[in-house]
Amino acid sequence: MAAVRGGAERYFTRWYKPDVKGRPCEDFCVLQHSNRICVITLAEAHPLLQTGKTITSINYQISANCSRLQNKVSGKSKRGAQFLTELAPLCRISSSDGEEYTIYSCIRGRLIEVNENILSNPAILQEKPSTEGYIAVVLPKFEESKSITQGLLTQKEYEEVLLKRLNSSS
Amino acid sequence: MWLLLRRSRETRYVPGVGGGSGFVETELSSMSSLTEKDRPIVQLLLNTGTCPRCILRFCCVGSQTVYRHPYKDLMKDLKDFLKNNQEKEDMVCFDVVDPPCKRIRLEDTEEGPDDVKHNGTLQQIPSVNDENTAMENSAVEVCNVCLGILQEFCEVDFVKKVCQKVNSADYQFTSFVFSVSLPPQLSVRERAAWLLVKQEMGKLGLSLAKDDIVQLKEAYKWIIHPQLSEELGVPADGKSLFEVSVVFAHPETDEECHFLATACPDCFKPAKNKQSVFTRMAVIKALEKIKEEDFLKHFPCPPCSPKNLCVALEIQCNNGAVFVAGRYNKYSRNLPQTPWIIDGERKLESSVEELISEHLMAAFKADSFNFSSSGREDVDVRTLGNGRPFAIELVNPRRIHFTAEEMKGLQQTINNSSDKIKVRDLQLVTREAIGRMKEGEEEKTKTYSALIWTDKAIQKEDIAFLDDIKELKLDQKTPLRVLHRRPLAVRCRIIHTMKSEYIDEHHFRLHLKTQAGTYIKEFVHGDFGRTKPNVGSLLNSTADILELDVESVDVDWPPALDN
Repeated sequence: MAAVRGGAERYFTRWYKPDVKGRPCEDFCVLQHSNRICVITLAEAHPLLQTGKTITSINYQISANCSRLQNKVSGKSKRGAQFLTELAPLCRISSSDGEEYTIYSCIRGRLIEVNENILSNPAILQEKPSTEGYIAVVLPKFEESKSITQGLLTQKEYEEVLLKRLNSSS
Repeated sequence: MWLLLRRSRETRYVPGVGGGSGFVETELSSMSSLTEKDRPIVQLLLNTGTCPRCILRFCCVGSQTVYRHPYKDLMKDLKDFLKNNQEKEDMVCFDVVDPPCKRIRLEDTEEGPDDVKHNGTLQQIPSVNDENTAMENSAVEVCNVCLGILQEFCEVDFVKKVCQKVNSADYQFTSFVFSVSLPPQLSVRERAAWLLVKQEMGKLGLSLAKDDIVQLKEAYKWIIHPQLSEELGVPADGKSLFEVSVVFAHPETDEECHFLATACPDCFKPAKNKQSVFTRMAVIKALEKIKEEDFLKHFPCPPCSPKNLCVALEIQCNNGAVFVAGRYNKYSRNLPQTPWIIDGERKLESSVEELISEHLMAAFKADSFNFSSSGREDVDVRTLGNGRPFAIELVNPRRIHFTAEEMKGLQQTINNSSDKIKVRDLQLVTREAIGRMKEGEEEKTKTYSALIWTDKAIQKEDIAFLDDIKELKLDQKTPLRVLHRRPLAVRCRIIHTMKSEYIDEHHFRLHLKTQAGTYIKEFVHGDFGRTKPNVGSLLNSTADILELDVESVDVDWPPALDN
C-alpha cells in the first residue's frame, strides 16, 4: 500500500478519517505539514480508487449558495477564506455506475484552495491521489493546529482498522 | 557734573573685550550694532530679568562674534550703553541729582516689593556713581527667556563636561554635529518676550517681525561650536555622522505649557508610553494657533524669573551606521541563514549571519547589526562558486576607520573561525548597498546544481532533451512549505537553460540557470502538481530532489577584490 513517496510529501505526517458519515470505506487521508498546512486527499481504501470505477463528474458547487471554486484568499493570514468544519463538504464526485460521493474536509480551518487540475483531468485523482490528485488545502487556526488531529487516526491506528475490515469480511 | 563727564571719558578708553587698541570704536564694538531705537528695549529687558545675549537676540544683532564675548563683558557693555544715554540726559538736565537710579527704581516698584526680586537675589541697580558694584554682581540671575541656556551652558565648565563625556565614550570621528533638545516652555517664554518687545517698539512706531529675532538655538550654536571644536580637535559639520546630543529640561516650569491645552486642545494628541503630551512640536503648533489676546490672558508678560537653571539631562553620543559588504559561501547543509529559534529554544546551532557578523561587531564595536543579502538559500542548500552578495549595517559603531589591509585581516579572521562559511570581497560600502541587495534578489539570474532521483528507470537518452529546452516558462503556486506565512499567488518564472548529467537508472544531476525568485525544489518534485511544468511531468515520472547547491548568483556587486 505504501505508494512511492516523492519529495513533495517528505515533511508531511499522514492522518486518517475512516468511514466518514458512516459510509463504509469512505476514508480520507489528511497530510499535515510541519508548518500546519493540511492537504485533504482520498485514502487508498476509498471506493473511488478501486479498480473499475470511472469518474464522470467532479462538482465543487456544494450548495445553491456555495461553490468552493469561488473561494478567494488574500494576504498572509488568508483573509476571505471559506471556513470549514470537520463535516463541511468540499466536492461531490459521481461515477459511471450511478454512485455519488461527497468529499469532506475532516478538519476545521480556512479553505486555501481546491484542486482545479482534477476538473480538467479526473484521471490524476485516481492515479496519484496522494499528490497531484489532492482535493484541497486547508489552514487550521494557529491555536488549533495541534488539536485538529485529535479526531483523526495515525497511520498505525488506521492500519488496524483496515485489518479489522479484512477479518470481518472473510 | 564735570566729574561725571571725566569719568565717562575714562570708561571710554578702557580697552574693549575684543583685545582692542583702546579706541572708541573697539570699546563700544560689542554694542556697536545697537542704536538709539534699541535703548528702551534693552532697558526693559534688562530690568525684567533677561540676559545680555537674549537682549542682543531681540535687538536682531546678527554678528556671531558678539555673542561669544564673555558674559561679564556683555553685561558691562550693555549697562554702559544704557548709561551713555542717561549721561546725555544728565548733561541736559544737570539739576537732577540721580536721574538714572530714580528711573529704574520706579520701574522696579511696578514689579514687586522693593528691590528684592523673587529669585532671592538683590537686584544691583546700575548707578552712575556706583559702576564697580554694578559690575560685580555676585549672583547672576537666571534669564527669564533662555532659562540659562545662553548663560551657564555657554561657559567653559559645561563645554568641558560635554567633552569629557565624548572622550570617555571612545568614539572614532573626524567631525561632529551638536544637537540640542530644549524644553518646550522656552518657546512659550520666547513668545511672551516677543510680545513685550513688540509692544514697546510699537510705542516708537516700529515693528518687529518674529523672524527678525535671532533664534535661541542658533545663537547657542554660534557660541558653543567653536569651543567644542577647539576642545575636541575636530570641526563642527552639519552633515557629520558623529552626533553629540544634549537634552535640557527645566522641571520647575514644566507646567507653564499646560494652559495651551485648554486654549488649543486639538494640538495635543493623547500621550503614548507615559510621555508628556506637551512635546516641542505640539507646543509650537499651539503657539502658532493661539491668538495674542488669549496668550496674554494666560501667561505673564514679561515672563517671570525662574529660581533655577535648566539641567542637562543627558549627554549622548551616536555614530552613523557603517556598511560592510562582501560575498559568502556556505558549505554546510545544516546551517540556517538567520538564527532558528522557536519558543525561545534554538533549533539549530548558529547561522550564516551570526558567523559573519560576530567578528564585525567586535571590530567595529557596534551596538547591533542588520544583515541583508541578495536572496537566500535553505538550511540544507550549499552556496558555491563566487558566493552570494551580502551587506551588513553596523549600528552606532565606535570604530569607523579601517584600511583595505585591515579589512583583509578581518576577512581572514572570519574565514579562520568556521569551516561552514567563507567570505570574500569584504569591504566598506555606502548605504546604497542595501538597494543593491534588493536588486540582486529580484532581478538577477542564479545557477543551480540539483541531484535528482526518478521513480521510473531512465537511460542517458531519456534526459538528453532537457538540454535543448530554452526559456521554459513555469507557473508556480506558493509552495505548501511556505504557504502558512506567504500569500497565495501564482508566479511565472523562467528556466533559461538546463544541462543534464546522467548518473544511473534512477539518478541524474541537473544544472539550471533560472530567473530570480524561482523555487527549484518545487520545480523538481512538482509540489502536488502546483508547479507546472516540473521535472516529473517533463519525464513523465515521479521525481525527487536529493541535494541542491547554488552554483552562482549572477550579480557583479560588490566589486571583486584581490582576495
